Amino acid sequence: MVNNVASSVIGIIAEQAMLPAAEISPDDTLESLGVDSLGLVEAVFAIEEKFDIQVPFNANEPGQSSFDISSVGSIIKAVEALAKEAR
Amino acid sequence: MARRVVITGMGAVSSLGMSAVDTMRGMAQGRSGISALEFQDVERLQIRIGGQIKGYDETAHFSRHEIALFDKFTQFAVLAAREAVAQAGGKVGGAGSGVVLGTSGGGLQTQDENFRKVYEEGKNRVHPFVVPRLMNNAAASHLSMIHGITGPSYTVATACASSNHAMGQAFHMVRAGMADQMLTGGSESMLCFGGIKAWEGLRVMSKTGCRPFSKDRDGMVQGEGAAVFVFEEMDRARARGAEILAEVAGFAMSSDASDIVMPNRDGAVRAMQGALQDAGLGPEDIGYINAHGTGTAANDRSECQAVREVFGEHALALRISSTKSMHGHLIGGTGAVELLACIMALREGIIAPTINFSAQDPDCALNVVPNEAQQAKVQAVLSNAFAFGGLNAVLALRAAP
Repeated sequence: MVNNVASSVIGIIAEQAMLPAAEISPDDTLESLGVDSLGLVEAVFAIEEKFDIQVPFNANEPGQSSFDISSVGSIIKAVEALAKEAR
Repeated sequence: MARRVVITGMGAVSSLGMSAVDTMRGMAQGRSGISALEFQDVERLQIRIGGQIKGYDETAHFSRHEIALFDKFTQFAVLAAREAVAQAGGKVGGAGSGVVLGTSGGGLQTQDENFRKVYEEGKNRVHPFVVPRLMNNAAASHLSMIHGITGPSYTVATACASSNHAMGQAFHMVRAGMADQMLTGGSESMLCFGGIKAWEGLRVMSKTGCRPFSKDRDGMVQGEGAAVFVFEEMDRARARGAEILAEVAGFAMSSDASDIVMPNRDGAVRAMQGALQDAGLGPEDIGYINAHGTGTAANDRSECQAVREVFGEHALALRISSTKSMHGHLIGGTGAVELLACIMALREGIIAPTINFSAQDPDCALNVVPNEAQQAKVQAVLSNAFAFGGLNAVLALRAAP
């Protein structure tokens, strides 16, 4: 399950970055992948759809959200936690 | 010396063709772009025909990221503008240029799709770009971004007159020196379940076809698409050696102040007279009128009476046609596509026909160019648009000086 979350999240981010999923590692940041603010909200939407969860993300102040977007790895962790709560 | 305004680029997508040239060729051939509508839930509609662009593949024109942000009305405007700017030699952009586009429904397809998701399918989440896709200024904004246009840009929404009001504004801005170059025209994409369902309610739509001025006419037929033009200050256009397609000579607007849907002869008369006066033209100078000609009993009768009043005996000498019979009524984009018929008349001497004409209506006893194009040398033309809400906008064009 954990691996499934990671690969799904990476797939979603890869689509926004227009890169093959294999080129994305947990250490990458959205900035380094070239994902802009619109790409980020689209990715959040795709994550919500995929896992049927509510992501506490406020595009107004992305840094203030409890959803940690500082790296691909942090996003995966956050999504794992949310998916677990949802179950 | 007053600044003069000319057209140096044109582009279009319509059910008659995916370029300005193809659309004009369709008009010249008297081809019908009306066909059976194809979209979700069409079987729940009474009205199932329209000027729909068939075989359109958005992925052939746009990236995935663009599609995420472009409603169809924006896509059509972007394609039309691409063609117009290329024809104008790619020379647009900067603070001296702007964009004024007309649309009535804006991103109606996006609204319709997402209303379906939240109301019918019970979803509680919509795609994050619903608002930037559906907003009426989306097309104008994307044109400004794509072409680096940093001057005044906005959208005009006056129902069926939106494009003419938009082009009139663009004309005024260039003439007044507020801009040297404007991208202008209009775009519409209302052919979806909600779009047609709403129009059905008014009971002004035809189930069988658009037959303007013909005795057996029974209503309007919708279309979709866009046309975009480059309006430019004449001396500037000449200095850079641009090909001048026509001159925008005059423009006038009027309001009926009478009824929210019924046309008013006096409002139409004042708009046509105003456009002639603004252009410094006399009635006898006009060789062709692109009619509003919706194919409803009320519009066509009222419009023909208004033409008789403005032009007197010359009304019988000039030609007047409604190309809506071929491409349908593009609502907020219609005046823009119809301006192509005006440019074709001025440049090529080909007067686009009113097709589906079977019998003359005594209330519309003018040369409505029935069924087949006519050849005529014309020096000046009018393009009429009379909107629901009683808002009228008429453009006057002259042959390239």
